[in-house]
Amino acid sequence: MNARMREPRGRLFLTILLALFLSVVPLPAWLDNVRPAFLVLTVLYWSIAAPRAGGIAVGWISGLALDIFQGSVLGQHALALSLVTYIAVREHQKIRSKPVFQQSLIVMGELFVYEFIVFAIDGWTGHTLYGPLHWLQILTSAAIWPIAAALLGRSHAPR
Amino acid sequence: MAAYGLGATNRRLTGHGSAPGFRFTLYAIVAIVIMVLDQRGGWLNEARFLLQAAAYPLQLAVSSPSAAWAWIKESTETREALRAENARLRLRVSELALRALNYDGLARENSQLRGLAHALPPIADRWLVGEIINVELTTLRQRLLINRGTTNGVFEGQAVLDGWGLLGQTIHTGPWSTEVILVTDPEHAVPVQIERTGMRTIAVGAGNEGTLALPYLPANADVKVSDLLVTSGLGGVFPAGYPVARVAEVHRDAVQPLAQVRAVPLARIEGDREVMLVWFHDERTKNPDIQPQPTPPQPSAPPSSTAAPPAAAAAPEAPAKETAAPGPAAPAKAASAKAKAKAAPPPKAPPKPAPEDEAEDLVK
Repeated sequence: MNARMREPRGRLFLTILLALFLSVVPLPAWLDNVRPAFLVLTVLYWSIAAPRAGGIAVGWISGLALDIFQGSVLGQHALALSLVTYIAVREHQKIRSKPVFQQSLIVMGELFVYEFIVFAIDGWTGHTLYGPLHWLQILTSAAIWPIAAALLGRSHAPR
Repeated sequence: MAAYGLGATNRRLTGHGSAPGFRFTLYAIVAIVIMVLDQRGGWLNEARFLLQAAAYPLQLAVSSPSAAWAWIKESTETREALRAENARLRLRVSELALRALNYDGLARENSQLRGLAHALPPIADRWLVGEIINVELTTLRQRLLINRGTTNGVFEGQAVLDGWGLLGQTIHTGPWSTEVILVTDPEHAVPVQIERTGMRTIAVGAGNEGTLALPYLPANADVKVSDLLVTSGLGGVFPAGYPVARVAEVHRDAVQPLAQVRAVPLARIEGDREVMLVWFHDERTKNPDIQPQPTPPQPSAPPSSTAAPPAAAAAPEAPAKETAAPGPAAPAKAASAKAKAKAAPPPKAPPKPAPEDEAEDLVK
């Protein structure tokens, strides 16, 4: 297994930048609530498909970037995203071998964990980053996972 | 079954020598430490400052679709629409010029009165026009990002206005960009005064509806629909006398000790492209380098040291207007270059810069 020779680092960086862009580009409020968590999906994809290319560091740094763009407490999304990445990296072999539909369910669970951590930190800091409708994006994200995974998978050679 | 075996596989797979669990623990600890620092002490301000500078290019990129859309809309505007707008602006300018005539006398009188009472709240005497880069108007967060930062002398907790009223204040400053929290953000509160009665209270943002709530007024308070709320100047963040909102709904319930009052902000939060940052006359800020800052869009103070008060009267009303301004009511933005040439005649008299312009309008 000489996959180490061609870890898709460049693609990883580009797709994550694109996902960050999609995550913070301003949308009307009603659309904002159902906007899939593009950044989380992308980080999850790379954690599962190429756990050695980035791993937890990618999750942490992407989360910090999200913190800066959303003006939230620094480290809030970083913590949530690195936990989710950790779970994905740890279980990547199991997740990878599942059919896409089951992957969607797993992604839904991961997003629930992610949102819950963000929500809990909101409670601790006394800020309110998102309204209750924001939880809808767990569903839309899970729904879009097969498409996102297929698109991202096309960007590098399948293993 | 899995825990042991997986741990072993991962140790082999990750290849960096440490298990993901260990690395995750490290990252989590770092994240938590950062959060505590950011939340408690605010010691991370400098780091945030640098990060915001690094994020600025991407923020610009993020705003580019809407900027492009605005540009397309603007460049395809018809001749008739432009002409109608021009006529409207002309009307506005002459109206403002009339007001400016009143203004000199009032300013003189005001400065005399102020000389008698030192305890009066500070007044605004400098401003800077900033462009909105990004708007975030979600249910629980009402924020703007503008293209002015500490290099322009902007500081945290600075008042932000538009031509119609108070918009909010700055919260996170970067070198070239600043995040503005709007008055309608639920985390924001403004000390206000009911202009008709002088009663002071606090207006809290209500979030998505784009309204303000006055939650601390007793049920028997003298407040009516269409009352004007102006800043009271208490708290020291906002200069006194700027219009904030108009009361839209008063609800008195016999059971409740407090009246439920809603007010609609006068600032056109949805339609703005430009905002104004304001400095006080007796600024007690930590930034000593604000005063001598010669920023371009501001009508530069002529040698007579009066900060061009007639333009001040016009400026908050007309930040976006580029018409050839007759007389003293030169719009602040367009005038910057011209003001140097011809700023000498208009500000003839007032001994102290006292452009408390909106207040004058209201008094009148």
